[in-house]
Amino acid sequence: METLKATEKNSKKPTAVRITGAEAIIHCLLEEGVDLIYGYPGGAIMPVYDELYKFQDKLTHVLTRHEQGATHAAQGYARVSGRVGVAMATSGPGATNLVTGLADAQIDSTPIICITGQVPRHLLGSDAFQETDIVGISTPVTKWNYQITKASEIPEILARAFYIAKSGRPGPVLIDITKNAQFDELDFTYEKCTGVRSYKPVPEPDVSAIESAAELINNAKRPYIVWGQGIILGGAEQELQELIEKAGIPAAWTIMGESAIDTAHPLNVGMVGMHGNYGPNVLTNECDVLLAIGMRFDDRVTGKLDTYAKQAKVVHFEIDPAEVGKNVKPDIAILGNCKETLALLLPKIKENSHEEWKKEFDKKYEEEFAAVIQNDLHPTKPGLTMGEVIEEINKASEHEAVIVTDVGQHQMIACRYAKFKQSKSNITSGGLGTMGFALPAAIGAKQGAPEREVVAIIGDGGYQMTIQELGVIFQHQLAVKIVVLNNDHLGMVRQWQELFFESRYASTVMTNPDFVKIAEGYHIKSKRVTERSELSSAVQEMMASKDPYFLEVQVEKEDNVFPMIPSGASVSDIRLK
Amino acid sequence: MEKQWYTISVYSENSVGLLNRISGIFLKRHINIESLNVSKSEIEHVSKFTIVVFTTEDWTRKIVVQIEKQIEVIKAFYHTDDETIFQESALFKIRSSLLFDEPQIQNAIKESNSKIVTVHREFFVLAKTGRRHEIDEMHDRLEPFGIMQFVRSGRIAVTKAEMPITELLEKFQLDN
Repeated sequence: METLKATEKNSKKPTAVRITGAEAIIHCLLEEGVDLIYGYPGGAIMPVYDELYKFQDKLTHVLTRHEQGATHAAQGYARVSGRVGVAMATSGPGATNLVTGLADAQIDSTPIICITGQVPRHLLGSDAFQETDIVGISTPVTKWNYQITKASEIPEILARAFYIAKSGRPGPVLIDITKNAQFDELDFTYEKCTGVRSYKPVPEPDVSAIESAAELINNAKRPYIVWGQGIILGGAEQELQELIEKAGIPAAWTIMGESAIDTAHPLNVGMVGMHGNYGPNVLTNECDVLLAIGMRFDDRVTGKLDTYAKQAKVVHFEIDPAEVGKNVKPDIAILGNCKETLALLLPKIKENSHEEWKKEFDKKYEEEFAAVIQNDLHPTKPGLTMGEVIEEINKASEHEAVIVTDVGQHQMIACRYAKFKQSKSNITSGGLGTMGFALPAAIGAKQGAPEREVVAIIGDGGYQMTIQELGVIFQHQLAVKIVVLNNDHLGMVRQWQELFFESRYASTVMTNPDFVKIAEGYHIKSKRVTERSELSSAVQEMMASKDPYFLEVQVEKEDNVFPMIPSGASVSDIRLK
Repeated sequence: MEKQWYTISVYSENSVGLLNRISGIFLKRHINIESLNVSKSEIEHVSKFTIVVFTTEDWTRKIVVQIEKQIEVIKAFYHTDDETIFQESALFKIRSSLLFDEPQIQNAIKESNSKIVTVHREFFVLAKTGRRHEIDEMHDRLEPFGIMQFVRSGRIAVTKAEMPITELLEKFQLDN
């Protein structure tokens, strides 16, 4: 390939080199700047693994212990770095094991590419060994997918895959490659994709809509911002902060948007949604202008739609036209990348402040503090709370860590109480709610941001769904800090059973193994904490460790997460207990 | 919101698997596709899906934007029956002896403006093009005599208003 590079400089059209499809796949990845992929080998992808062996100085392959882990690791990598994560698997069960990660990446707009091997072209459709229609299976959970059956298709299709995964609203792409296409030769040249004629990644902003929005904002008495992950994906953190400060608007976030603005910012009023903060939920129904920026009005955010922000003029900043009016019909829709649209909006915004309005958030926070937060963070009862563990991590990390969470009570508590200074620091499975996400995602997060402290916070249920990925942490000595908040229950389901199913605890009680021994089996430093007096020093020891570290904290078995908007209720009806 | 018939027109690249991707959007919302036709369009190398659904305008609009979001879809539109000229086609295979034994069959052929496509010793084939109810009427009229085979096509439709698709496509090509 050195010769290829040389000729590229001299002529416009690079000279082709004759290589196999498998080798071409590696060159495509290298051309796209990929130096790390996650995956699991098997029959139909072996020619590519053979090439990976030859290119291991340029391209590191991390063998996850299950293909699902490869997808979540690729997601974690993508979410902290803003780059495309890559996962690879063989045909059949290897491919079907990717489906959960694809669905998670689809709903949370994460740019990943999954490459799967497939049986040779002449066996397609014959129920061959390890044949599965992964293109058919993955269609609803991918932004785009494609089956390559000829070696000559590889460069163009992979270039397109990278372009589609990362442009516009990002998402997962699956490329299925038959084994004959990996073995066969092609004349290889590579050109990055710069456009697909049927695909318009970013709609053009409508300047008159921006004018109207500016007028609304400038005349608003009780303006309110709810931002989502669009801010992080668009790289619009600075623009958002300027808007918040210039117009003096209280701003809250969805869990996917958390960390875009410093949690300590005075106008950052907290989290919306089912277990979000009290003020941000209740006051959604008291604002006069609601600016929804890079968020999609998920049902966990809005509660009952018929009673959501009905009094407010709604302005929706959104890159994906299919999201506009899907759940909430905005008065003004501002299509486009919010980095661009906010930049266009900012000069039209008058400097302003809304002290009285902001005080209402403060007042609601005090109510929430007295009813919930006080007991979560500074409990007086004997059992440990999840909240106090998060608070200890905040202290030890000085708000600088990447926090990766799984799904359930611990996730809600972590999102509520974790403090962040930097964007791209809260990695969680938001839309799909995938238990088992955190451990492999933390691997990807650590490798995507090796200089940063990565703390995975996981419940005892979700931990056991992908616990085998401890093998990766051990093998690669990744200094991931793993905190299992163990309540011996599937806590969130148990909470719902208590509140809505008259405490019939169907299959939510777990008899757990000795998690410390399991970590020891992987030669990972570990500790178990059961008393409050041990917590602070244990967290500090963990955070100070240069090696991977496992900390199990035995927390109260039957604590509930509050506030809570019961499923189908209005945001105004959020319960403090 | 009131349900009615909508004709969804989708202009797309001609790619394997796109039908699956589009039909999945209806499946996801548990909406039945009443009729589906895929053909080439007025633009070279561009396919056209004509899909008929019976639902609310709100859902039709949401489905159309979700279809349009698919990478290989160039543009999607929806129209009510009033806004389109639409037809379906049907073929009836009938025993040839009936032509001579049942004078009503000949009347039915004449009155319905249907065409005899072919006549064999054993059977003949009638083609009828028209609105769904016209084909249904024809079917009801012939049924008592025995229909050997019956098939009806999906709806095909053109809009009364101009479709700005060619211009859009030219623009896409220029942009790229």
